[in-house]
Amino acid sequence: MEPNTREGGSTTAADEHVVFRARALTKIYQVGEVEVHALRGVDLELHPGELVVLLGPSGSGKSTLLNILGGLDTATSGEVRYRDRVLTEASERELTQYRRHHVGFVFQFYNLIPSLTAKENVAVVTEIARDPMKPEDALARVGLSDRLDHFPAQLSGGQQQRVAIARAIAKNPAVLLCDEPTGALDSATGIVVLEVLDRINRELGTTTAVITHNADIASMADRVIHLTDGRIGQVIVNETKKSPSELRW
Amino acid sequence: MRALDRKLLRDFWHLRGQSLAISLVIASGIATFIMSLATLDSLQRTRSRFYAEQRFADVFASLMRAPESVEAQLAEIADLRLVETRVVAPVHLEVAGFDEPITGRLLSLPDSGKPTLNGLHWIQGGPPDPRSDDEIVVSESFALAHRLTPGSSLTAILHGRRKHLTVTGVALSPEYIYLIPPGGTIPDDKTFGVLWMPRRALQSAYDLEGAFNDVTARLAHGGSEARALDALDTVLEQYGGLGAYGRDDQLSHRFLSEEFRQLEQMATLFPAIFLSVASFLLNVVITRLVATQREQIAALKAFGYSNIVIGIHFTKLVLVIVAVGLLAGTLAGRWLGLGLSAMYTKFYHFPYLDYEVAPLFIVAGAAVAITAGLLGTIHAVWRAAHLPPAEAMRPEPPASYRVSLVERLGLQRWLHQPTRMIIRHLERRPLKSSLSILGMSFACAILILGAFFGDAIEEMVNVQLRFAAQDDATAHLIEPTSRRALFELESLEEVDQAEPFRIVPVRLRAGHKEYRTAIEGLPIDSRLAHRLDQNHRPVPIPVDGLMLSEFLGDWLGVGVGDSVTVEALEGSRTVKRVPIARLVRDYIGVSATMNLPSLNRLMDEGDAISGVRLDARGSGSSSLYRQLEARPQIGGTSIRANIIRNFYDTMAEQMLTFSFFNTLLAMTIAFGVVYNSARIALSERGRELASLRVLGFTRGEIAYILLGELAILTALGILLGFGLGWLLTAFLIQNLQTDLFRIPFVIDISTFALATTVVIVSALISAALVRRKLNRLDLVAVLKTRE
Ligand SMILES: Nc1ncnc2c1ncn2[C@@H]1O[C@H](COP(=O)(O)OP(=O)(O)OP(=O)(O)O)[C@@H](O)[C@H]1O
Ligand SMILES: [Mg+2]
Repeated sequence: MEPNTREGGSTTAADEHVVFRARALTKIYQVGEVEVHALRGVDLELHPGELVVLLGPSGSGKSTLLNILGGLDTATSGEVRYRDRVLTEASERELTQYRRHHVGFVFQFYNLIPSLTAKENVAVVTEIARDPMKPEDALARVGLSDRLDHFPAQLSGGQQQRVAIARAIAKNPAVLLCDEPTGALDSATGIVVLEVLDRINRELGTTTAVITHNADIASMADRVIHLTDGRIGQVIVNETKKSPSELRW
Repeated sequence: MRALDRKLLRDFWHLRGQSLAISLVIASGIATFIMSLATLDSLQRTRSRFYAEQRFADVFASLMRAPESVEAQLAEIADLRLVETRVVAPVHLEVAGFDEPITGRLLSLPDSGKPTLNGLHWIQGGPPDPRSDDEIVVSESFALAHRLTPGSSLTAILHGRRKHLTVTGVALSPEYIYLIPPGGTIPDDKTFGVLWMPRRALQSAYDLEGAFNDVTARLAHGGSEARALDALDTVLEQYGGLGAYGRDDQLSHRFLSEEFRQLEQMATLFPAIFLSVASFLLNVVITRLVATQREQIAALKAFGYSNIVIGIHFTKLVLVIVAVGLLAGTLAGRWLGLGLSAMYTKFYHFPYLDYEVAPLFIVAGAAVAITAGLLGTIHAVWRAAHLPPAEAMRPEPPASYRVSLVERLGLQRWLHQPTRMIIRHLERRPLKSSLSILGMSFACAILILGAFFGDAIEEMVNVQLRFAAQDDATAHLIEPTSRRALFELESLEEVDQAEPFRIVPVRLRAGHKEYRTAIEGLPIDSRLAHRLDQNHRPVPIPVDGLMLSEFLGDWLGVGVGDSVTVEALEGSRTVKRVPIARLVRDYIGVSATMNLPSLNRLMDEGDAISGVRLDARGSGSSSLYRQLEARPQIGGTSIRANIIRNFYDTMAEQMLTFSFFNTLLAMTIAFGVVYNSARIALSERGRELASLRVLGFTRGEIAYILLGELAILTALGILLGFGLGWLLTAFLIQNLQTDLFRIPFVIDISTFALATTVVIVSALISAALVRRKLNRLDLVAVLKTRE
């Protein structure tokens, strides 16, 4: 096992310096007779305020990893810690509380609730959060103040994605997990969305993990983690981050 | 309002067509529930109140004649509290402008004061002067039928003497809430009435001075009815007692109780059907909703909404749909109950109607409906709550289809692509398809259940009043007499044929079972009255032995070859064992029949007869009937044509009410099932159908794929409905078999046709609504949105 070099040894102690720590994480899907190894032993740490990009070919296990970190899915073996709690041992109820108060999700396909307006889609989250922003403020941060009462069907794809981001950040989460937030967008709109993420990360210090297929996006990250076939390959630390506006693809 | 609740309202609005269809089915169930229970409760409460107010007696007895001194003896019976003696007599009446024979029953009013028992509720006027001999009180239904008011006059033939009487009051009695002529089966307000007259006048008119021939009494607190009846029989035996009986055998009380039992049944059977169908429909709709919203659910969970909150969210939607149905059903049930009660009060004469929907019924209805709703959706809601979020994030895998059974049977050559799609779709969800078929079949079955009564009544009239009865009129003698009466009537000019009969009130006993009835003696070659076998063919009157109704035989637990103890309640009061020679089939009342000479022998009497059946020229004229009435020895005449007409008249309204009601109810089910199946199919297959349109299919062709499926479901539903209707009908009448009526199990082809038509029409209406949606299918939008 060659990967996970640089970070490995240095952070065993103080938990404040580590938001997530995964150890020997595996995930096996049973599809009929066949076992699909989505994760084959992942060791990983994410630090406070860090913006990490997860890169890797389709089927390499990126979404699976993110879902486990976000408490949406459970691992087959191994351990995941979020600060001082062990997610891999948490009950369904504890995972729900964890998601409710700590994690913001942005989904590749937005997953907005079509019967609710932009503001209401955000309110769905703020209503159950501990110390949320006002939905209007969250939408203002993504530049959608003039679209509060629009239904998803009345918004463009990029706008929908921004609502999804507003919804994710509105609870002031400690971590923001984004699965291909620009996957369905053209490059200009994608950059707008990335700028929002970048700004939230900088201004609120939210630990952010972004999955993408797009290697160009990697240059806005603090660290770039490559996944291949369920294992972490290369990890690159960007000495100088680019701002999203400098990106082109 | 919370955002999630807002979503709920919008989902509800989005599903409004389907929700409404389900709410309607729930409303139908709750409406029948509330209607039946409220009517039942109101009638029961009204009856109790009326009984209490007018001191309805607990036990009854008639006798030939006893001196008034016997009353003291009766008062000593320990199990009785209040005893009242009366004079009761049959009477012929004439009302100006009404040609047909009218018979009545005259009851005495005490010389002083009001009756202690069975008091009168005054509608108009008041009691006659106790000393008068020409003043009477008439029962309300009779007064209404002939527009009699205080001051009106009518003519009575009292013991053969014509007398003009003046009405002083119109009243209701707890004894005659349901008023049917003696020997009859249904009310006839025009030709039968109850009248009250001062005791003194009645006694002298019927040669009963210083005597009485009827007793009513109240049971003492803790008194035993059985003991009281025995004691009464013992005292009255020497005075020609006809056997005492309790409320259970009191005709009016019995009919009411019977009706109450039917209402009770309606309050369970119908709501059960409707709520099961609603439960199934909710299941289908919520399951589909959860499927379309799986990604939304996943997102909500990702944001930290707990399983419980998600579960409650969908449960609320179910509750909203149930609540709409409940509200509508409760209001409709209240209103229908009022109508139904009003209909009942046309046949059951109450002084008032204490109509009220007890809050308990509403609560019970709500509990039942909510339970049904939750039971139907618990699985779908549980699935929504426990949807693993990571998995739900991905779109649902494509539905897996198989080559259908029909195709595997090698029939695919005959099916073009769209038809294959229909069949594969049906086979993919065998459970759902079967339940849709079952739902539809319930609609069909309910219609059969409703319309069947018409067939049954037709059959009852045919068998009982057309095959079994061949006379034109029957004259009842006031008391058994010799055959002279027969010869007199036979010689009347218009009479073609006359046939005697003898009726003896008896108690039949077999083992512990005992039944009060009358044995009718018929000539061995009787042509004007028949007894019928199972196939409605006349059976010969046996030379010896007794013929019983099947029902009575079963009830007494005897069959052909066994014997029963016959205890005559008049004349010689013979007690003898008589063998059962045969069982016969009849539907109205029960019969016990013997050969006339055998009956006379059993009674140790000569050739006495109780009445004469007449076959008149044509069907008898009013002049013939007037001649009959004029004879003092005739106590009453019934004309078969009138009985038949009256039977239809009385039943027609009830029938129409119920049929209309049933049709409406069945349509809600048919509509609910078809419309929901269609909408769900449209939602499941909108993309597929839109894709086909893009590929060049016409609207008609895609409508065929969607609606063809419904047509198959409907057709199968109707077929199954025939079977189900048959079963439900059998079940229902099984529970309605009594000695008063046995409802024959016949379902006419026209009933099946009606059920089929109504279901098809409802299906067509839903199809038209869905077709409209189909035509407006937005190809671009459908293809763009993710499921
Ligand atoms: N619910 C599931 N059942 C079975 N196999 C699954 C399931 N979810 C994921 N997999 C499999 O696990 C592997 C990793 O999937 P994952 O979704 O994590 O990939 P990914 O890196 O996000 O790919 P992409 O870039 O295409 O989104 C794949 O081979 C996938 O087929
Ligand atoms: Mg993925």
